[in-house]
Amino acid sequence: MVSKRKPKLAVWKFASCDGCQLSLLDCEDELLSLVGRVEIANFAEASRAVIRGPYDLSLVEGSITTPHDAERIQRVRRDSKRLIVIGACATAGGIQALRNFQDVKEFVSIVYATPDYIATLDKSTPIAAHVPVDFELRGCPVNKKQLLELISALLSGRKPNIPAYSVCVECKQRGTVCVMVARGEPCMGPVTQAGCGALCPSYVRGCYGCFGPMENPNVESLTAEWRHRGVQAPDVVRALRSFNAYAEPFRRESEAHDQ
Amino acid sequence: MKSLVIERTDLEKLFSTLVGRGYRLIGPTLREAAIVYGEIKTVNDLPIGWTDGQAAGQYRLQRRGDAALFGYNLGPHSWKKENLPPSLRLFSAERRDQSFVIIEEPADELPMAFIGARSCELHAISIQDRVLMQGPFVDPTYARRRNQTLVIAVNCGQAGGTCFCVSMKSGPQATQGFDIALTEVLDGHRHYFLTEVGTTRGAEILNDVPHRAARDVEKAAAQRIVDRTAATMGRKLYTGGLKEFLYSAYENPHWDDVAARCLSCANCTMVCPTCFCTTVEDVTDLSGAHAERWQKWDSCFTADFSYIHGGSVRSSTKSRYRQWLTHKLATWMDQFSTPGCVGCGRCITWCPTGIDITQEVVSLRERQPGRKEQSDGEP
Ligand code: SF4
Ligand code: SF4
Ligand code: SF4
Repeated sequence: MVSKRKPKLAVWKFASCDGCQLSLLDCEDELLSLVGRVEIANFAEASRAVIRGPYDLSLVEGSITTPHDAERIQRVRRDSKRLIVIGACATAGGIQALRNFQDVKEFVSIVYATPDYIATLDKSTPIAAHVPVDFELRGCPVNKKQLLELISALLSGRKPNIPAYSVCVECKQRGTVCVMVARGEPCMGPVTQAGCGALCPSYVRGCYGCFGPMENPNVESLTAEWRHRGVQAPDVVRALRSFNAYAEPFRRESEAHDQ
Repeated sequence: MKSLVIERTDLEKLFSTLVGRGYRLIGPTLREAAIVYGEIKTVNDLPIGWTDGQAAGQYRLQRRGDAALFGYNLGPHSWKKENLPPSLRLFSAERRDQSFVIIEEPADELPMAFIGARSCELHAISIQDRVLMQGPFVDPTYARRRNQTLVIAVNCGQAGGTCFCVSMKSGPQATQGFDIALTEVLDGHRHYFLTEVGTTRGAEILNDVPHRAARDVEKAAAQRIVDRTAATMGRKLYTGGLKEFLYSAYENPHWDDVAARCLSCANCTMVCPTCFCTTVEDVTDLSGAHAERWQKWDSCFTADFSYIHGGSVRSSTKSRYRQWLTHKLATWMDQFSTPGCVGCGRCITWCPTGIDITQEVVSLRERQPGRKEQSDGEP
């Protein structure tokens, strides 16, 4: 993207909490350099100004949960040269994908006075289930350093340094003592993709799996080890069913433990 | 080698002498439910009266019944993190008009003194030396750190649950690679260190530390401690014909069994004191005016590690574990003339699923097609 014209950046929101977009605003110091390098064409959290497409780079947050959104993501894709999805909602369906394990119609009938007004899909699905995406940035929320690394890499036309290996690699590199081995805490780190800097183990808690499955996750072996260490099946299911519950390796394994 | 004795009460003088000579002391200390290596200042920073219980996939801090300073076995850290840091900026670059300038990294501030290195660790360091500073290509940061660093070794007073240095001929008695070596003796109400000097640098340091010649009974007491450690190893590995065996075990059915348990999490390579693989990452900032090159620990358990044009050579966990074990115990010998394992047991203790290199070798030997029934892997 080395051209005289500043590349146009758009940020789109689907079913989500806005936390990932806020990570971008949270970049504070770097935000000024970013504004210097790109033209912010659509970013509702930051400005009301909207510039028409096509866009050089679209960041998409959130999952697809309504027929309207399923249609809107097609337009976003058509208008975007590069489409990057950010966060657990956009990459795996998010916490709202917990409904994928239940009957949504039943929820709607219980929660809403007039269920007829609610147009919702059966399942919360990631963006890649609807359109081709150019990069998936994981995390709930995404790590702002990784987000800046990704944007910097795209602007300079190089490969982003975003590893797909386990959280354990980061955990050991920062010198944290393993909570699973030294305290017997169940930890999702061995099956979760790095990116957070192994935050939770450094605060003496097992990893929650915010960054979704790592490149070749062996969830079956990890949960067998937890069970061996005394974790009960319902707790295994709970550990696997959080922000990335519907990511295939986590979903499959949680269903195996859910009787 | 002449043996000396330093009384427990005089050990502080060794620490203060080192600090006084400008050394940064790195040694064992309690942190986050384990004994790790970190910056220490005085004898009181040592894990006094603490030890650990270790098994495959398990480590627990425990209280001792005495006030031993070095009465523990190895923790998750190794000296590798000091000699070859997990991430290290190699240089930076700034854009200047149509060109760029390279900004070199400043050299480290103070030289380090390693306090409490064990024999297997000294062997691991010499293995890394061979790879990183004795071949045709020298890692300059590594070489600088190694040449500056002073090493105070400690002979092991007990064997850990996952130790097998005796099998790997790397311990428990330190025989090389130290400036000063200590054996901690707690004998009734006496507490002293039988001391050996390995270098003139070490002898010179001892000039400032009260000591005297060791008596024969003291030497014998220290020797008994090391002998008892050697006799109570937590693990053993039968190494006879191992290299040839592993070269013939490529299709062994047991690799599938390990792969079913292995998480490909890379913990074993991170904690291993001989694993030396690093990768290089180039980063730029948003403005594109500033770039940096970083060196980071890498692992053969990741897909990127064996990525070449078109894909990863080792895409399965099975192929990665097989490569790791075979490298440690076989191909390393052809490459560097020693095994790549010193029997420290860290990969066994710190594997979240307790995969045990010694046990996997036994199973591989047992399950090798065309081999008659064996039970313990020893022919
Ligand atoms: S604490 Fe968790 S992330 Fe860290 S090494 Fe242990 S299992 Fe891996
Ligand atoms: S052997 Fe253990 S520590 Fe090593 S990659 Fe496999 S599961 Fe992780
Ligand atoms: S392979 Fe395991 S036992 Fe051998 S040196 Fe490495 S960590 Fe220690």
